[in-house]
Amino acid sequence: MKFKSLQRALDKAGSSLFAKGKPLSFLYQLYDAADTFFFSTNQKTTGSVHVRDCNDLKRAMFTVVLALIPCALFGIFNVGYQANLLHNQCGAVPGGWHGTFLLWLNGQCPGLRLFDYTSVLGCFLYGLVYYLPVYIVTMIVGIFWEVVFATVYKHEVNEGFFVTGFLFPLICPATIPLWQVALAISFGVVIGKEIFGGTGRNFLNPALVARAFLFFAYAGQITGDKVWTAVDGVSKATPLSYASEGAQAIVGAGYQWYDAFLGLIPGAVGETSTVCCLIGAAVLLTAGIASWRIMGSMFVGGMGLAWIFSLCGSNNPAMNLGPWWHFVLGGFAFGMVFMATDPISAAQTRLGQYIYGLLVGALVIVVRVFNPAYPEGCMLVILFGNCVAPLIDHFVVEANVRRRMKRLQAR
Amino acid sequence: MELTQNDKKSFLEPLFKNNPVFVQILGICSALAVTTSMKTAITMTLAVTFVTAFSNVGVSLIRKFIPGSIRMIVEMTIIAALVILVDQLIKAFSYDLSKQLSVYVGLIITNCIVMGRAEAFAIKNAPTGSFLDGLGNGLGYGCVLLIVAFFRELFGFGKIFGFVVFKTVQNGGWYVPNGLMVTAPAAFFLIGAIIWIAKTFNKSLQDAE
Repeated sequence: MKFKSLQRALDKAGSSLFAKGKPLSFLYQLYDAADTFFFSTNQKTTGSVHVRDCNDLKRAMFTVVLALIPCALFGIFNVGYQANLLHNQCGAVPGGWHGTFLLWLNGQCPGLRLFDYTSVLGCFLYGLVYYLPVYIVTMIVGIFWEVVFATVYKHEVNEGFFVTGFLFPLICPATIPLWQVALAISFGVVIGKEIFGGTGRNFLNPALVARAFLFFAYAGQITGDKVWTAVDGVSKATPLSYASEGAQAIVGAGYQWYDAFLGLIPGAVGETSTVCCLIGAAVLLTAGIASWRIMGSMFVGGMGLAWIFSLCGSNNPAMNLGPWWHFVLGGFAFGMVFMATDPISAAQTRLGQYIYGLLVGALVIVVRVFNPAYPEGCMLVILFGNCVAPLIDHFVVEANVRRRMKRLQAR
Repeated sequence: MELTQNDKKSFLEPLFKNNPVFVQILGICSALAVTTSMKTAITMTLAVTFVTAFSNVGVSLIRKFIPGSIRMIVEMTIIAALVILVDQLIKAFSYDLSKQLSVYVGLIITNCIVMGRAEAFAIKNAPTGSFLDGLGNGLGYGCVLLIVAFFRELFGFGKIFGFVVFKTVQNGGWYVPNGLMVTAPAAFFLIGAIIWIAKTFNKSLQDAE
């Protein structure tokens, strides 16, 4: 067997080169990462019997990546589709080195139909030219920091970053400059995760920390209407920015509800399609990776509040926007499925998860409705939810302790 | 006048080993507020150093006559008098700067470092030592302020002391200013980083596991 020989080679390298006291022992964490990447660990439990399951952190993380794939594929296609739609309407061309490359590629193989919005392959390749560099930079820079911290602080390099690194490009606009990607993911990994001790000890979602960094550091470039489509000099706002003017304004701008539901609207790469988010949710819930309590209560909290607002009959058009619009616009669905359910930074207790979900869902709607200057509050609200999650858990546990103490005293 | 070993210690310790900002976590509020530029940070450093040093001397001189029950009011009066003096001086000689610093010069009165040193040191030590202690603490605070301000002004505006270092995109250069650095949280991150570095190099600061 080929795999056997690889395993033997790795084991041999481990004991002769990377073990304690051997010449490359300071790189043990890297070796360990490679070894556990290929094979499950050969460490055996000693002492009493333990239940062992192959559904470890690694598999959980890869299930999340799997669930994200529909969003990513559709998002990449949509980047090209939105750009080509504008190209078709007003002849706008992609700018920068992306544009130069696309024009060159189109000249070389016109059969790809890169600038044709009716060609799925063309749109997908167009989007890939924007998406791939962002993804590669995210992975290289992020893994660099992971390895540095794992080596210095002697903990395992683990797979948490595959999810973070997959999530982060999906919540950025496709046109983002690559140096900003590198800076943001460095901030997200170091400040959001590593200084607290690495994967499993972070109280914030690192991908959202990175995104929040971009939002505050380069607000002029990351928000507004210039960044969402991958062509030069054309501004096109996301439908969500019309939300403060009500549903008529969104439809008036040319977006039907089903466009937003399918995801054929401008926005961050991976979050436009509610359908793909729901497919991801199905995968996560079937595999038992994400908490249905958080997802469900966030849905109920957000939609419930949106529904109550729409009943109020106020003269604020954003309040009259029905829950069905709120669900498909902006990052609500994506945040609900992939961000709020992050098992590390969300609430851990059952009751706590209900409270956490309701709180996050309701606050997203509050921010959207009452702060038209910044309609997309999903990211900041989930970060806020991450901050209060330990507090919620604390009170849930305390309440349980009190209840049981009472029972003890009654006896 | 001969300086004793203790006097030297009381001046040198607050500079790093027992720094008021990154070891005792005092004076954070003003460290966030006045560090968007080097100029305001240096003015604040001088002001706080002056107030801490001389309020320590004042408190130390009359330490044997202050009744214990009203000592805080007396200390406060001395500090307030000095702060008003500094405030008026800045207003008289550098009005623009006082506009930029706004309320934060007045708020030196409430800076925990000043009151803290009066209570912890000056009330039971001789004037010379108290003066050096106040000087050390003011400068220890100032060091952190200047480090934080250096990074915030450089990355937030591309400038140092108002001189252009990185030419920003708005002025036809290449540097895109980092908006986060201008906001108060950036000072938190930077002070956090300083604490991190200090704790890495000075093992005695690390919490017991």
